[in-house]
Amino acid sequence: MDWTNQGTAMASLKINGKTITVDVEDDTPLLWAIRENVGLTGTKYGCGIAQCGACTVHMDGVAMRSCGVTVGEAAGKEITTIEGLAAGGVLHKVQTAWIANDVPQCGYCQSGMIMAVAALLKDNPKPTDDDINDAITNICRCGTFQQVREAIHAAANA
Amino acid sequence: MLPRTRKGAAMNQHVKINRRSFVIGAATAGAGLAIGLDLPFGGPAVVRAADGSPEVNAWVVIKPDETVVIRIARSEMGQGTLTGLAQLVAEELECDWSKVTTEYPTPGQSVARKRVWGDFSTGGSRGIRTSQDYVRKGGATARVMLIQAAANEWKVPATECKVSAGVITHTPTGRTTTYGKVAEAAAKIEPPADVKLKDPKDWTIAGKGLKRLDTVDKTTGKMIYGADIKLPGMLNAAIKDCPVFGGKVKSFDAAKIANMKGVKKVVQVGDSGVAVVADTWWHAKTALDALPIVWDEGDNAKVSSETIAKWLAEGLDNAQPAYVGNQNGDAKAAIAGAAKKVEAVYSYPYQNHATMEPMNATVLYTSEKCEVWCGTQNGEAAFAAALEASGLPPEKVDVHKLMLGGGFGRRGMTDYVRQAVAIAKQMPGTPIKLLWSREEDMQHGKYHPITQCKLTGAFDADNNLIALHYRLSGQSILFSVRPEALQNGMDPAAFQGVAQSGEASIGYSVPNLLVEHAMRNPHVPPGFWRGVNVNHNAIYMECFMDELALAAGQDPLEFRRKLMGKHPKHLAVLNAVAEKIGWSTPAPKGVYRGIAQVMGYGSYVAGAAEISVTDGSKIKVHRIVASTDPGYVVNPAQVERQIAGSFVYGLSALFYGGCTVKDGRIEQANFDTYNSMRINEMPKVESVMVPSGGFWGGVGEPTIGVAAPAVLNAYFAATGKRIRSFPLRTQNITFA
Repeated sequence: MDWTNQGTAMASLKINGKTITVDVEDDTPLLWAIRENVGLTGTKYGCGIAQCGACTVHMDGVAMRSCGVTVGEAAGKEITTIEGLAAGGVLHKVQTAWIANDVPQCGYCQSGMIMAVAALLKDNPKPTDDDINDAITNICRCGTFQQVREAIHAAANA
Repeated sequence: MLPRTRKGAAMNQHVKINRRSFVIGAATAGAGLAIGLDLPFGGPAVVRAADGSPEVNAWVVIKPDETVVIRIARSEMGQGTLTGLAQLVAEELECDWSKVTTEYPTPGQSVARKRVWGDFSTGGSRGIRTSQDYVRKGGATARVMLIQAAANEWKVPATECKVSAGVITHTPTGRTTTYGKVAEAAAKIEPPADVKLKDPKDWTIAGKGLKRLDTVDKTTGKMIYGADIKLPGMLNAAIKDCPVFGGKVKSFDAAKIANMKGVKKVVQVGDSGVAVVADTWWHAKTALDALPIVWDEGDNAKVSSETIAKWLAEGLDNAQPAYVGNQNGDAKAAIAGAAKKVEAVYSYPYQNHATMEPMNATVLYTSEKCEVWCGTQNGEAAFAAALEASGLPPEKVDVHKLMLGGGFGRRGMTDYVRQAVAIAKQMPGTPIKLLWSREEDMQHGKYHPITQCKLTGAFDADNNLIALHYRLSGQSILFSVRPEALQNGMDPAAFQGVAQSGEASIGYSVPNLLVEHAMRNPHVPPGFWRGVNVNHNAIYMECFMDELALAAGQDPLEFRRKLMGKHPKHLAVLNAVAEKIGWSTPAPKGVYRGIAQVMGYGSYVAGAAEISVTDGSKIKVHRIVASTDPGYVVNPAQVERQIAGSFVYGLSALFYGGCTVKDGRIEQANFDTYNSMRINEMPKVESVMVPSGGFWGGVGEPTIGVAAPAVLNAYFAATGKRIRSFPLRTQNITFA
């Protein structure tokens, strides 16, 4: 729905394998374009300053904090959100491990956590605890870190 | 969502809503309302769920396909209560756990049915412990009715029937039927007047570490939190409240932003807030940031952390008035005449809840109806807030609870609901989603109260502790949030963890004891922050216990044990952690230990930490052991997570937290200045559950009390340096 009378600013985004044209300014944070213009709300707003990682998505396969990336910077890149992580209806092994290990508490940070871990395992299929410590910097206020660590190892060994 | 059913009976109730009665009361024992289980109605008028399936009673709906819908009044915010309460109902119901789903009744429905679901408040670690009795009865009553329905159909005595996993068997003949087949008939049966609950030792569903019921959607992005809801035609609002608490809006220049993209309206919210409503939240926030607002900050703008600290320090002077919360003997006289005295002054700062999901609420207001969608720890408090803010009667108001992206006490408050209603009222017919920015959330919290504490201990010539004077100065939560709960001005909850008796009692016997509170209430609004007053009281008492042990030349554990002879449950959890961490054997080289215990929320907890320290300032926590006795454990896997999470929350606050005040406002605005622990800083927590039975304690909060003192005592063991002011970042101490 276009509520505005102040002209349109179309942008084309490739999200979860689909090209989507949205009416959004180039300088809009990718996070808000994903949530409000594309309508995928699995990617969460936590801080808006790339500190907490709740908004983590993949851009050309790399984990990025989407609050710190503009629509202009994301145009033409392959973006994957939590909704697009399962391929062909089959959950990603990180999601499967998350369910098996009952990781989430409130769950609000977990979309970003899962996206960060999926990117880690793509680059480093068998991360050590030290590798995990270096790569996973997302905030979880509930404190699920113990289950996150166990589930990363479980996914790596799946 | 449930539809309204039994309209006539339900809607004509003129329920008197007392706003205060709904305000969350996390801190005090028995703060919840008296609750009767008003199990509805046997007889022909069956209450039906949305799809027409019959309610066996208010807690249990069984569908023809055998799906068991269990109603949950308390809120799930990550703590696992949703699953735990469902386990308790299912245990007594004897249904097939794999067929169980859950559903939130709305507060409006509950009020219309004479609060059939009891208290909705989910704070004070009460979710399970204060509703376990009636939810279990709800399950047991439904079971009896379902079995009776089968017996009636077979024309046999119910005593000849048994049930297992939702399959009813007539034992003599071996005939079987299922809950789904008899639910319709069961719903018409008069409920039994009384039912016998199972002995927890016979539990097969409760007491087990079953998987949570809400996990899958939290791993796929499908779970809808308050911030995620979308309604047709919905607009989005961003808000700024006066940065100085108690200040007001003087003026704002809406014309300056009227032409910015997406802007629909600029509205004042109460005396102190301004909101921009736009097509998207990003447009609303961008325009709000550009909106010129002039504030009337008032006298509070002169307040700073320094002025607050000075005022609180004055309260430590024994000449100042104070409320006595616990005393025996004559501590002041014993201290005056003692052979040896030890004195120390501690302080603990404001803390923000910093839930991952900032505050938000979505409201559709018309003159006929006010509907709210939000995450809340207390659906009834949100309902009462919406009633008051909308001015509509109860039957025209309702609250639809959504998943909370964290609560920790913050979402028991209703400020964000009131704001959202106030905005929506200015745009009738259009759904408005109000979402706070992280900055708004950090700077308009309901903060962990600020306190200082002077502790004085006295010994006789044989190094026996003969007196302890615990003088607290600072903020009362109840003074601000539930003034009607004060007792002749005194805040009884201020003594959580150091009280004489009750659900948060002191674990030490000292011949001369004086625990008192000089109340000082700065203008920064306090709230119930996970652990509430247990946090600072446990830090003060447990660090000082180590100081006393040092003065007496005794081992910290042995020193405590001598004072705990009359507190066997406190002692049992302390002993459990001591054994598990290996207190009686030396720690690995370069590793140092600290230990602490406290009681809170009806549970006994203890913790021990092993740390190493580099350059006197860089702490690595190697190991944490924690023990808890909550009486009964409903889901050990979730209790374990609550224990571990309490350390993350408590140590984040200890190391990185602390909200400071300058010019009347909170300085920290985001996670760059109010940081939180990451995975690399957190060791595994080894939990030891020692449920001793006979009482029901909470698990979400008590453990946080021992997190900081266990580490601080280990830090002293490592460095000989006693830290008495927090957070540690202000002492240039951080994680290695």
